[in-house]
Amino acid sequence: MSDQVGTITWISGPVVRARGSRHVGMLELVEVGADHLVGEVIGLKGDQMTIQVYEETAGMQTGAPIYGTGLPLSVELGPGLIQSIYDGVQRPLPLIEQAMGSFINRGAHFDSISREKKWKFTPKVKVGDAVKGGAVLGVVMETETFEHRVMLNPDDHGTITWVAPVGEYTVADPIAKLKMGKEEKTVTMLQRWPVRRARPFTNRRPANIPLITGQRILDTFFPVAKGGAAGIPGPFGSGKTVTQHSIAKWADAEIIVYIGCGERGNEMTEVLQEFPHLVDPRTGRPLMERTVLIANTSNMPVAAREASIYTGITIAEYYRDMGYHVALMADSTSRWAEALREVSGRLEEMPAEEGYPAYLAGRLAEFYERAGYVNNLNDTQGSVSIVGAVSPPGGDFSEPVTQHTKRFIRCFWALDKSLASARHFPAINWLDSYSEYLEDVGAWWREKTGKDWLTMRNRAMELLSEESRLSQIVKLVGPDALPYTERMVLETTRLIREGLLQQNATETVDAFSSVEKQIRMLELVLYFHERGMAIVKRGAPINLIHDLPVVDTIIRAKSTVTNEELHKFDDIQKQIDQQMGQLDAEYRS
Amino acid sequence: MSEVTVQGGQEVVGVARIEGPILVVEGGTNVSYDEVVEIQDSRGQLRRGRVLEVGEGYAVIQAFAGSTGLSIDGTRVRFLGTTLHIPVAEEMLGRIFDGLGNPIDGGPEPLTDHYADINGQPINPTARIYPRDYIQTGISTIDGVNTLLRGQKLPLFSGAGMPHDQLAAQIVRQATLGKVAGAPQTEGEEFAIVFAAMGVKNDVAEYFRRSFTESGALTRVAMFLNLADDPPVERIVTPRAALTLAEYLAYEREMHVLVVLTDMTNYGEALRQISNVRGEVPSRKGYPGYLYSDLASMYERTGRIRTSKGSITQIPILTMPNDDITHPMPDLTGYITEGQIVLGRELNFAGIYPPVAVLPSLSRLMKDGIGKNRTRDDHPRWGAQLYAAYARTQDVRALASVIGEEELSDVDQKYLKFGRAFEREFVNQSFTENRTIERTLEIGWKLLSILPRKELTRVTLDEIAIYYKGDDAAN
Ligand SMILES: Nc1ncnc2c1ncn2[C@@H]1O[C@H](COP(=O)(O)OP(=O)(O)OP(=O)(O)O)[C@@H](O)[C@H]1O
Ligand SMILES: [Mg+2]
Repeated sequence: MSDQVGTITWISGPVVRARGSRHVGMLELVEVGADHLVGEVIGLKGDQMTIQVYEETAGMQTGAPIYGTGLPLSVELGPGLIQSIYDGVQRPLPLIEQAMGSFINRGAHFDSISREKKWKFTPKVKVGDAVKGGAVLGVVMETETFEHRVMLNPDDHGTITWVAPVGEYTVADPIAKLKMGKEEKTVTMLQRWPVRRARPFTNRRPANIPLITGQRILDTFFPVAKGGAAGIPGPFGSGKTVTQHSIAKWADAEIIVYIGCGERGNEMTEVLQEFPHLVDPRTGRPLMERTVLIANTSNMPVAAREASIYTGITIAEYYRDMGYHVALMADSTSRWAEALREVSGRLEEMPAEEGYPAYLAGRLAEFYERAGYVNNLNDTQGSVSIVGAVSPPGGDFSEPVTQHTKRFIRCFWALDKSLASARHFPAINWLDSYSEYLEDVGAWWREKTGKDWLTMRNRAMELLSEESRLSQIVKLVGPDALPYTERMVLETTRLIREGLLQQNATETVDAFSSVEKQIRMLELVLYFHERGMAIVKRGAPINLIHDLPVVDTIIRAKSTVTNEELHKFDDIQKQIDQQMGQLDAEYRS
Repeated sequence: MSEVTVQGGQEVVGVARIEGPILVVEGGTNVSYDEVVEIQDSRGQLRRGRVLEVGEGYAVIQAFAGSTGLSIDGTRVRFLGTTLHIPVAEEMLGRIFDGLGNPIDGGPEPLTDHYADINGQPINPTARIYPRDYIQTGISTIDGVNTLLRGQKLPLFSGAGMPHDQLAAQIVRQATLGKVAGAPQTEGEEFAIVFAAMGVKNDVAEYFRRSFTESGALTRVAMFLNLADDPPVERIVTPRAALTLAEYLAYEREMHVLVVLTDMTNYGEALRQISNVRGEVPSRKGYPGYLYSDLASMYERTGRIRTSKGSITQIPILTMPNDDITHPMPDLTGYITEGQIVLGRELNFAGIYPPVAVLPSLSRLMKDGIGKNRTRDDHPRWGAQLYAAYARTQDVRALASVIGEEELSDVDQKYLKFGRAFEREFVNQSFTENRTIERTLEIGWKLLSILPRKELTRVTLDEIAIYYKGDDAAN
């Protein structure tokens, strides 16, 4: 199928040089050596080509052949992606296991999408229709509830000359024919798309709908918009993966693409074993039925790790093009950057900061630019939201990957080691984090809940920053030195921290909070504060407030009140009224 | 330079360049990347090495035993045509090997025709079983608040002069399959132990050997020793050789294997040395940019797979230079392993054994191995409560050091009392004390009962009703 185009002259880890540059193109996919390992041309100079190899090169010899394919590194797109787990270059891991056993061997060649499985296709166009790139030609149900829209390749357009009737087809079967100028083209449900090229759309829309994750510190305090980009940096063990898993489980997106990029094997296994048993509250179907997994773990070949990010984002864009909201998680972008660095180092390129190549920032920008809420070519609207984990060495945010990432995201969830060691989870530091989407999503909250979320959220943030100032004083002189009004702030912020910000991902009731529950909790805590403050101002000692039984009730509400029984918050409010009312009466006189 | 083809591979006479442990050989055709070579010095002595880079007509070779005594003209390099393999067999348990896997206990070569590549192959994530069975180590700071599971990689982060060896030896000695709290202790399945020493002093290796002997485990232990005075470059191979045997035992002989690797910091230094000699662009502190991937290629060789009942659990030990947890070795290790047990200098000074600094320690898999039907229902929240209370203790201590203990509020006084008791009764235990999980839970509740019940917001009210024994238990 492919011709020999070159001969290997040099091998160092994942990087190989070969003679024969005249016969290949830049970024062309090639097969390397007698085992036909997958590689990509990343440099051409004189008669030499440089190739990064997506598989282990141990045992490879100089003099071995290189075969060309004439194609860039691409992914296969079509029904059957959902519920798949792929390696970084979209090889299906379950098939690799079937063929090779528990360990990944070299030279695996499998179709990414099954050519045998039949899908029930229903056409949406008829003969004579003029169609442009992205047009929906028909639909298949990819899962029981998910409608996969079969689209014309974005680069094609023409007039339909034939379309398949309703029926069962494989992705290889023709489902339509198209006249493009003089040519007639046969269309199947399968598309190939080069991973390093963003899929086109008509234009961007303002990102003003929040991606609801069910995580209070995110949705209420630092929301990311659908189509937005968020970074979650933090030292080891601070909660990047747990947070991303939580988002993958609960975010109100229709498709989740989860990329395990240079991280642990067990974490991918956890998703694989857990998601089929978790129910998506929106469809009542297993969460796995909206999930695509890319797993290129830390011990898998480093060049394929570099590719995994692109494989994932291209799949995400494909579903966006159908008019869906897609959320993509990349854990961790630092491992991807290190893969870049490793390959760059083998090429002896001139390093910029900390050994990273000078083009690191450019590559990060290209990746995060692929997020967006857009009008698609077919006039639907869809979004890709990106949440990228960053793993800064030593937890030091001044390092290049964190710093450059900050330039391209608008939402920064800063994990904090000391919160994590005190088991305050999610260990997202509320003073270091920010979201630039606050104003944009305010209207959505008002419409959805009828409440002024932003004002309340800002009030809570004010109290938290006041707390941080006060605790500096407490550290020096102890809490007794503070006036009661200031100690009242500390009482309330304790409720905010323990009752709102802390959220246990492993606990059934607490793991996901609906928007209504979030706003109700926020309201309640602020109400507690206003009432308490009024009483304290009249001279009531602070310990009377501190000792009110309702304090404990509020802190526990996150796990005692489910999303379905929000009326219980009314009871808690009554308890506040009653207990505070008594104090109020006492100190009024 | 001349070239002769001898049986078992081509041979090149003479080398072009020698620099530290790195040789550049010219001539030789069709050399493979990562191929093993045999290097013969002018007196006929053999040493081994492997190919780090191949180009047209040359190969860069790393000599495991270094280049001392090698000369430009008198050195012969024979390419063996394969990557480095070691024999693997069950009968290697009870034996001692050098850092490259050659027997050094006077016994014969292991009798087997089973040879395995020391680099192993990545486990397919779809083939893994997620770890869920906890290992009872009898140590409260582990079983209680940093539970270790079968198939987990959990390193000990320590510093010079701290008792990490004792702690590792105690874990190895006491480890059995965990039981639900209160269930009778049956004879646990025994672990096979693979021990790899990288650049540690002879008395450390000797300490472990003695400890294995005393506990009667020696017949279940395979030791791979690269000691402080052994060639540093060999250290690159030692943990891989050990893990190769561990994989064979776990996945082909269905054994539960505990792998102890000490000291990974020495391993890292060897890797850095080679990288520096080759003039690679360093990332942090002179370590190569691929340190993370390199460490992962070993730490990820842990776990369980669906086709075998066996498991590999790893306990790498590393001493943190200057007790600095942000140093690249502990840092990148922590980014790969599933938690870490950190030893604390201050606790050690205070005479607490094991001096486990509870706050920076973590077991990420703990949540999946404890709780109802595994240990006890309250365990997860009990653990979170102990953590939260002990973290609060640290703040109170800081405050007390400023305003004085007497000035503290009643509640804060109680936190101080809790903190002291936590360190002396929960963290502290003797080297031979093997606590059951219910004993550990009981001690924890006793300590939590020092605090007012209102402070205990991480546990449920029901749990307080059952287990809390404090003064204000009634209200
Ligand atoms: N929201 C949460 N609820 C409960 N526990 C949490 C939460 N977030 C984090 N944790 C705890 O913190 C541990 C570490 O979290 P996680 O594995 O996500 O860290 P990480 O930042 O991804 O680390 P690494 O960079 O090493 O991968 C988890 O195993 C869990 O015990
Ligand atoms: Mg993680």
